[in-house]
Amino acid sequence: MRYEYKEFPYETPPALRGAPEPRRPVAIVGAGPVGLALAIDLALRGVPSVVLDDNNVVSVGSRAICWSKRTLEIFDRLGVGERMVEKGVTWKVGRTYHGEREVWSFDLLPEEGHKMPAFINLQQYYVEEYLVDRCRDFPELIELRFKNRVVALEQGAESAALTVETPDGTYRLEADWVVACDGARSPVRAMLGLEFEGVLFEERFLIADIEMKADFPAERRFWFEPTFHSGQSALMHKQPDDIWRIDLQLGWDADPEQENRPERIIPRIRKVVGDRPFELDWSSIYTFQCRRLERFVHGRAIFAGDSAHIVSPFGARGGNGGVQDVDNLGWKLAAAIQGRAGPGLLPSYSDERVQAADENILNSSRSTNFMTPKTPVERLFRDQVLRLASEAPFARRMVNSGRLSTPCVHDGSALNGPDDPALPAVSRPGAPAPDAPAPWGWLLDRLGRGFALLALGEAAPPPAPEGVETLRIPQPSDEMRARWLGEAPGAICLIRPDQHVAARWTACDGAQLARALDRAMGRAPRQEDEA
Amino acid sequence: MSKLAADPNIADPDGFYARLLEAHRGLSEDESHALNARLVLILANHIGDEAVLDEALALARRLAEPG
Repeated sequence: MRYEYKEFPYETPPALRGAPEPRRPVAIVGAGPVGLALAIDLALRGVPSVVLDDNNVVSVGSRAICWSKRTLEIFDRLGVGERMVEKGVTWKVGRTYHGEREVWSFDLLPEEGHKMPAFINLQQYYVEEYLVDRCRDFPELIELRFKNRVVALEQGAESAALTVETPDGTYRLEADWVVACDGARSPVRAMLGLEFEGVLFEERFLIADIEMKADFPAERRFWFEPTFHSGQSALMHKQPDDIWRIDLQLGWDADPEQENRPERIIPRIRKVVGDRPFELDWSSIYTFQCRRLERFVHGRAIFAGDSAHIVSPFGARGGNGGVQDVDNLGWKLAAAIQGRAGPGLLPSYSDERVQAADENILNSSRSTNFMTPKTPVERLFRDQVLRLASEAPFARRMVNSGRLSTPCVHDGSALNGPDDPALPAVSRPGAPAPDAPAPWGWLLDRLGRGFALLALGEAAPPPAPEGVETLRIPQPSDEMRARWLGEAPGAICLIRPDQHVAARWTACDGAQLARALDRAMGRAPRQEDEA
Repeated sequence: MSKLAADPNIADPDGFYARLLEAHRGLSEDESHALNARLVLILANHIGDEAVLDEALALARRLAEPG
């Protein structure tokens, strides 16, 4: 069953029908998953925004399909996670083959006690549709403007002015902050003349969605030197609606225009799927790049998602990284607009997400190097790792067909407060709060509105400062104990509005808590070392 | 402080050297390179200690530089 693309309505903007066009707190450029998620996050924090998109349909083609557990937790906080999981194909096992032989498999969520699965596959068009639907729940706070193309940006000291082209002409829109969620080729990035440094990998891939009835497992299957394809590698993924994603490595010499013709694609797919009937739904020929901006905040312009950083698709680190940018940015931008942010808070968005982008780029580059060896000796080692993998377990761990997206732990962040090393590393300051069963259902269901003070086991929390909600769990579940307490009888954990841990103690007083909160709000000098 | 054993550590170095050559006997040059690559991977995993591996890589690399 193919997706039915519906056009979103275009309306003449106020400025072009003689009405006032007041300055906005936030203008978001781009209504992809990143821009839409940001509008919802801001709305949940009471901040209005206007979203400008040059198009008026959701993503054409499935594009980003693999959404990780952490991203689903964020979508759940935004109110769309359960709908996505219900529609998506849940999976957690990846299998890697060399020829016909399986050499390595991984289980991405071997433990129980998490609300969200390791991964779902869901076409980007569904993700965007659900996010647009959710935006419609906030008619007072989110204004979606389709067929509104940003063509110029002028930076002022405390605002930015956008020039926007529409079917009815051009108008000017001022905003305190402009967030560029306008993708890998970001026009806003070009308008500011920013360098986008990194590398291009000399390899071409065919990516194709086919509609087909097949009983292949809901697993990520990757082949090195497949028997059914003359190129170096192949990947197959299941999506909802009997749509299958197939990636085939073609080599650098492949002609992108020739290879994207159905008469070239269909025989290649035929070899992969055998006699099963199928129809080609969408295809694209692409190359890999790994690049990022030096920093993500430039005056009144902020970059999130592919406009700020791009990676190769093997590892699902593009779409997930972008949504995780939003998670980090939403509460900080809201605090800045509402006058609550310390001077270090917005800079910490750039610092923390540059750290995450570097982690994604590192993993993605390593996978790409393994999949597309550049020299004879790189090829030699790669091939011998694959040869050894059938005999020696250690080599299986070196086989790299993509290291799938995991959230960045912001170790060393200027926002991090004290830690108690007696507590488990998985919930240390900087880490996304690990989910666990809680008295009200799932722990994460109650985290993420504002700051939360989690008082676990025997720990007695000090009175919470204004705006901080105390959550007491005197008798934590086994999973919560393992992830948050270890052997300690109790713990007090300060959780940020993006569900990341800010600080934790086995016991603390009000002054310690107040200092940690100050620090997490970017009010502490960045170099200061707190005792 | 160096963690890499640069002093003799094999009881019978001549015997090992002979067995190393023996392992390559009858292989083409490409097959020999592949065997060496596998051997590096196997031994590196056995050593495991990243500081030792880094020192070994640095020593081997230094001798590839001119001069």
